[in-house]
Amino acid sequence: MREVAVVAFGQSRHVRDSAETSEVEMLMPVLHDVLARTGLTAGEIDFTCSGSSDYLAGRAFSFTMALDGVGAWPPISESHVEMDGAWALYEAWVKILTGEAETALVYAYGKSSPGEVRDVLTRQLDPYYLAPLWPDSVALAALQARALIDAGLTDERQLAGIAARSRAAAADNPYAQLRGAVPVGEPLAAPLHTGDCPPVSDGAAAVVLAAGDTARRLTERPAWIRGLDHRVEAHSPGVRDLTDSPSTRLAAERAGYFALPHGPKGMGGAPAVDTVELHAPFTSQEVVLRRALNLDGPAGADIRINPSGGALAANPVMAAGLIRIGEAAARIQRGESQRALAHATSGPCLQQNLVAVLEGEAR
Amino acid sequence: MSNAAHKEPVAVVGIGQTKHVAARRDVSLAGLVREAARRALDDAELTWADIDAVVIGKAPDFFEGVMMPELYLADALGAVGKPVLRVHTAGSVGGSTALVATNLVAARVHRTVLTLAFEKQSESNAMWGLSLPIPFQQPLLAGAGGFFAPHVRAYMRRTGAPDTVGSLVAYKDRRNALKNPYAHLHEEDITLEKVQSSPMLWDPIRYSETCPSSDGACAMVLTDRAGAARSPRPAAWVHGGAMRSEPTLFAGKDFVSPQAGKDCAADVYRQAGLTDPRRQIDAVEMYVPFSWYEPMWLENLGFAEEGEGWKLTEAGVTALDGDLPVNPSGGVLSTNPIGASGMLRFAEAALQVRGQAGAHQVEGARRALGHAYGGGSQFFSMWLVGADSPAA
Repeated sequence: MREVAVVAFGQSRHVRDSAETSEVEMLMPVLHDVLARTGLTAGEIDFTCSGSSDYLAGRAFSFTMALDGVGAWPPISESHVEMDGAWALYEAWVKILTGEAETALVYAYGKSSPGEVRDVLTRQLDPYYLAPLWPDSVALAALQARALIDAGLTDERQLAGIAARSRAAAADNPYAQLRGAVPVGEPLAAPLHTGDCPPVSDGAAAVVLAAGDTARRLTERPAWIRGLDHRVEAHSPGVRDLTDSPSTRLAAERAGYFALPHGPKGMGGAPAVDTVELHAPFTSQEVVLRRALNLDGPAGADIRINPSGGALAANPVMAAGLIRIGEAAARIQRGESQRALAHATSGPCLQQNLVAVLEGEAR
Repeated sequence: MSNAAHKEPVAVVGIGQTKHVAARRDVSLAGLVREAARRALDDAELTWADIDAVVIGKAPDFFEGVMMPELYLADALGAVGKPVLRVHTAGSVGGSTALVATNLVAARVHRTVLTLAFEKQSESNAMWGLSLPIPFQQPLLAGAGGFFAPHVRAYMRRTGAPDTVGSLVAYKDRRNALKNPYAHLHEEDITLEKVQSSPMLWDPIRYSETCPSSDGACAMVLTDRAGAARSPRPAAWVHGGAMRSEPTLFAGKDFVSPQAGKDCAADVYRQAGLTDPRRQIDAVEMYVPFSWYEPMWLENLGFAEEGEGWKLTEAGVTALDGDLPVNPSGGVLSTNPIGASGMLRFAEAALQVRGQAGAHQVEGARRALGHAYGGGSQFFSMWLVGADSPAA
């Protein structure tokens, strides 16, 4: 299999409301940033793939205007998924694996500010049996949190701790929206408090991928994608065990995560990654993902979880998953990580999950 | 690009589609996709367990009112525990979806992939779904017809094509549809006079020269060499596939013959080793939502010199018994479940080279082109399929 690496990552400063800028205006500086980091122009990129949602934009074919931000002239080889940008990265990774492309530009954007994102996301649900009830994303996450607490797997205090750790970590992230301490706040949908929930964000992100020696030429320290896989679960929350994430575990297994050498603290714990970026918009979802990825064992203590602050610090829907991969890769590129796991999710209560294992060049 | 020769050859071994109609009130969205998927699996004599991954595509989510419907459809698509990708590249999406699935096999990430595209237009009104007003952006006016009619007019002015060419295309495609049991429109009593006297909708496009609104789905099973060797029926082999995009609006854009379409076709012909597509391709399934797009795409795809496409249509070259049959299935003019329309072009091309197109089979078809486009004539996806393995 060809070696493919993340060679550049960029993102916008995520904000609550970007009414003064269009999607293209939000995206363009990010695209220029990642291309500048590689010295490539849009025309020199072999394949471009993006992720976004018409339902957030409030119009059909919203991605067509975003393409103006790329400057697709002369015509480019290009595709789009109506999914988080992490899945656009997956499509681009496959394209490079075929040998048809050496480089790929991946981007994603989402503006939640024009509508009520909690209501908008209810339109993702089964249109016959679930969507008519308008159960919103917070209410569904609260059901999941309740299931976890009832199973004795977490409590409100631990959830508050996850929120505090995430926002404290985000103090060092200039792109994050919630930086530093955030009060636990009022119960929003019991047992979740406002502090357990992500901010409503507008934002964009972009990644450049490259194969083998092209990657080595474009950057000093590529973040190699050692494994990448994604899996989906049944849709109805009622037929799932919401305290577990078998799709995350399976994707991690297929991405080679569990086959990685284990750390000095022994087998049975977490494999030897030093950094994990989890796409957990709600504190309770981090608990589910940690369980699926064996991060709570003794070796897990040495692993940095969401040093970016995660989706609890900035949650631009459709880009937040791609940002997890980008953040993990950027830490490798900066020499702050040797091996990292990045995760992205989609759908109600972590229905669909993607796992990437990233690694720096051996030193 | 140098490693392209190491790709795994990809074969189409299963094809399924629904009977396309104006409104499938008897099935849910899940029921609709399930029906096409089941037929593709039956054709390949495979089961859900044989499928490694699912790639689905459809046009804007507003058409059914379900955001990212792959989540809700995961169960119906037999995808639980598997990877699901959802592609959306406007009208070209059915083709793009098939190409993304092709790449999964070509890259050896998966061995057997189910790809499916659908639209259930009866759930809403596509024309107005496309026409939501956006501040500070050029309105699309009344749906796609309002957008494309001026480009047809530009083609007529540029080439001097007689007014009647569009009606010839519509008459041919609606007649071809009578031979395709899955086609939406079966107008047994169609005559050229009826087409030419149908109401003018968007001058110069008449009612009978426009695509219908359909509910329908199309699915294909793609597999590697080992999978093809086990296939009970002949495979269609992918000899080339490409996508190209250009911006919606910019100074210098040629709406009549977009550069992205030319580049996409050239890439596909290069991959397939074709030097004279007009002679080397036996059948074409092209995306013709409004009749005049047949002569326009004949030129754009390199089957005719610029300004000459309408002459092929007029001379009957593109008829089912002509020497370059275009849309033997009846095409988009007879069946238009928007998101699936591109995949239907790809699948119908594959049916031709498998020799399984039934009454609309082109005799001895060995190579066929599937073509789709979308947006403001800006997104293109195409594949060339052949009866022979590309290695052969």
